[in-house]
Amino acid sequence: MLGKTAGGIFWMLRYMERSENTARMIDAGLRISLTRSSAADSEWSSILQATGVASQYFAQHDKIDGQKVINFLLRDQTNDGSVMANVEWARTNARMVRTALTKEVWEAVNECWMVLKSQLSKPVKQQDLPEILSSIRQRTAYVRGSLHGSMVRNDIYDFARMGTFFERADNAARVLDVKYYILLPSIMHVGTVSDNVQWETILRATSSVRAYQSLHDGEFDPRKIARFLILDKRLPRSLAFCYHKIQANLAYLAEDYGERRECHKMVDQICHKFDHSTIDQIFEYGLHEFVTDFLSESHALGRQIERDYRFYE
Amino acid sequence: MTDKPSFFDEMYGFGETARAPYSAYSSWFNQEDVARLRKKSEQAEAFFRLTGITFNVYGVEEATERLIPFDLVPRIITGREWGILEKGIEQRVRAINSFLHDIYHRQEIVRAGRIPVEMIARNDAFLPQMIGVAPPGNIYTHITGTDLVRTGEDEFYVLEDNARTPSGVSYMLENRETMLHMFPELFSQINVRGVSQYPRSLRRSLSSCRPSICDGPPTLAVLTPGIHNSAYYEHAFLADQMGVELVEGHDLRVVDGRVAMRTTRGYKPIDVLYRRVDDDFLDPMTFNPDSVLGVPGIMDVYRAGGITIANAPGTGIADDKAIYSYMPEIVEFYTGEQPILKNVPTWRCSEPDAFKYVLEHLEELVVKEVHGSGGYGMLVGPAASKKEIADFRAKLETKPGNYIAQPTLSLSTVPILTKAGLAPRHVDLRPFALASPGGVEIIPGGLTRVALKKGSLVVNSSQGGGTKDTWVLED
Repeated sequence: MLGKTAGGIFWMLRYMERSENTARMIDAGLRISLTRSSAADSEWSSILQATGVASQYFAQHDKIDGQKVINFLLRDQTNDGSVMANVEWARTNARMVRTALTKEVWEAVNECWMVLKSQLSKPVKQQDLPEILSSIRQRTAYVRGSLHGSMVRNDIYDFARMGTFFERADNAARVLDVKYYILLPSIMHVGTVSDNVQWETILRATSSVRAYQSLHDGEFDPRKIARFLILDKRLPRSLAFCYHKIQANLAYLAEDYGERRECHKMVDQICHKFDHSTIDQIFEYGLHEFVTDFLSESHALGRQIERDYRFYE
Repeated sequence: MTDKPSFFDEMYGFGETARAPYSAYSSWFNQEDVARLRKKSEQAEAFFRLTGITFNVYGVEEATERLIPFDLVPRIITGREWGILEKGIEQRVRAINSFLHDIYHRQEIVRAGRIPVEMIARNDAFLPQMIGVAPPGNIYTHITGTDLVRTGEDEFYVLEDNARTPSGVSYMLENRETMLHMFPELFSQINVRGVSQYPRSLRRSLSSCRPSICDGPPTLAVLTPGIHNSAYYEHAFLADQMGVELVEGHDLRVVDGRVAMRTTRGYKPIDVLYRRVDDDFLDPMTFNPDSVLGVPGIMDVYRAGGITIANAPGTGIADDKAIYSYMPEIVEFYTGEQPILKNVPTWRCSEPDAFKYVLEHLEELVVKEVHGSGGYGMLVGPAASKKEIADFRAKLETKPGNYIAQPTLSLSTVPILTKAGLAPRHVDLRPFALASPGGVEIIPGGLTRVALKKGSLVVNSSQGGGTKDTWVLED
C-alpha cells in the first residue's frame, strides 16, 4: 500500500474517534450543568482544555457560557477541532484513500458527514443537543462497525485500528491530564459529594461509568478510578487496553512485512510500563508526571510510525 | 432561419408513437405513475450523493461538490445501429493511432501533401519531445472517447475525438448501476448489453501495453491531480474497480531509472501509468516547470522505455479541432477505406475563402475555438443575440486561425422526465474505446449527455447538462 494511504487511513480513524470523544465530553459537561450548575463553568473549562481548544475559545469569547461552549465544540468555524471539522477531515482523508476502503466504509463516513453537516448547519439549541450527540455516537459507531464487518484484515486494517487506539488513548490521557488533581489523595475532604460528582465526570467523559460500577461494586474511589482508566485491560478506553491493541497491530504489520522497525521497540517499552506498574507506583511517581510522560511517548511513537511506514516523503 | 427546425426524437422519431427500439420501454412507461418516477429520481440523487459521485466546480466557494443531474429515461440504441458506430469508431481509433505514430516519426501524411505542414509544426498540441519515441505496443490512445451526435434515423456524426484524457466513463457505469437498482423489472423485460466489464477490460488492455522492461505481471497505477480535481471521483472509482493504486505526483519519484511509488514497504516501480493529468503538468523537467502534479524525470524514463504512459503524451494533436477537419483524409490515408462515420462539415477560419463564408453566415453557424473545451468560448449562431454575434465577430477577426465553424446541426432529442411528464431534450453520446496491440474494444454504451434546458444544445456538465443511461439492445 502507498505510504500516503497508510497515513490517510490512520488519520481518518483518528479524526472519527476524536469527533466521537468530543461528543462524549460534551455529554459529560451537559450532565454536570444539569445536575450541579455551580460546577458547570469549571467543568466546561476543563473540557475545553482536554479537547485542546481553550485558547481558541477564549480568542472568541471572554467567559465560559455553556451554550457557547457547546456550539464552539460542535460546529464553530473558527474551531479547527470542532466535531464538524473533525468529521470533515475524516471525510477528506477517506476521499483521499477511497481505493483502500470498502464501499460500506466509504458510505458510512460520507453519510456521517452528510447527516452531521445538515444537523450542525445552524446553532444547536439545548433541546436538540441530546439528539445530535446520539447521532454523532451512532454515525461514528457505524463507521467503526462497517470497518470491522467489511474490511480485509491486512495492513490497511492495521493502520485504521492504530488510528482509533492512538486517538482514544490520547483522549483518555488528556482527560486525566486536566483532571488528575481531583484523583490525588487529599486529607481535607475525602469522599465528599462534590468529589463523587467530579470522579464520576472523569468516567463519564470516557464513557466508562457503568463499566466502572459493575466492576467495582458501585463505589467511587479515586485510586480505583485511576487504575481502571490507566491499567485495566478490560476497559476498551483505558491506556493499557489501547496500547496493547497498538502493539498487536504493529506486531501484525511486522509479521506481514517480515520486519520489525524502530516503532516496535518503542511500543514494547510503553506496554512494558503498563504491564509492570501498579497504581501505587504510579501515584508514588506522580500521577500527573506519569500522564505527561505518556503523552510525550505516545506522540514520539506516532512520529516514528509515520517515518517507519513512509506516510510522508 | 424562417423554418422552425424539427428535430429527430430518438423515442418518437418525427411522429407520436414510439419507434421500435423504444416500444417495450414506452409501454412500460405508459403504465407508470409520473409521481412515482419523480420519487425514484430523488432516490437516484440520494444514491449519487451517498456514493460521492460528485464533481467539483472551480472557483465556486459554496457547494463545491455538485451532482451531475441524472435523468432516468434511458437512451436506447439498437444493436444494428451500434454495429455501425462500433465499426466506425474502431476505424477512427486505428487511424488516429497510425496518424500519431506517423506525425511523431516520418510524417508521411505531410509529405504526401494531405495535411499542410503548418497544421503540425505550428500547433501547440504537437509535442516535439515525442518525436522518434516509440510507445510500448505502439499504442498512443489507450482510451478514446468519441463524441457523436445524431440528426436522423441513420445519421450519425463525429463531433470530436477525445484522445487525451477523456472522462465520463464512471457515469456510464454508475448510471447503469443506478438503473439496475431502481428498475430491475425493465432489465428482465428488455435485453440490454452490459457495460460493467469496462474496468476489467481497461486493466487487461493497459496491461497488454506494458513496457518490455516488465517481465512479470505489470504494476498499474492511476495518476490523479488530487481530490480537488473535478473528475477525482472518476479517478478513484477506476483505480478502485481495477484494483490498482491511485497515486498523486508526490507519491512518485524516479528511482534507478524507473518511476516508483512510495509504499509502506519502500519504493515500488510502476509499469503502466494511467494518467489523468494533462501533458503540460506531467513532468516539470520537460513541460510546465511550475507543475507539482507530475513526476520530475518521468519523460526521460518514458523515452528510455521504462514505463507506459496512457494515453501517450502528445495525443492532443489528434483531437485538436483544426486537425478534426482533416479526419476524413486521415482515415482514408491510413486505412485505405472510406470513413464509416461522418465528420461535421467544417470551415477552417485560417483559410481566407472559408473565413469569408463564416463571417457572412455567423447567424447560422457554430463557431468554436480550436483549443477550447467544455463548451466554453464558442458561439451558437442561431441562439445568440445580435450583440453576442457582434462581440464574437470582433474576437474572430483578430485571430481567425484560432477558430473553426460548423453548421448548426439539428441534434436529436431524447425525452427527459419533467414535472409534466416527458419532454424532448438534445443529447450527444460518448462511447469509450480501448486500444491495445490485441485490437480495439468498444464497450456497448457510453455516456449520454443531455441539455436539460429546453432548446439548448450545450450538454456540458459544467454548463447545466445532465446524463442518461445508454442502452445498446441485444438484437
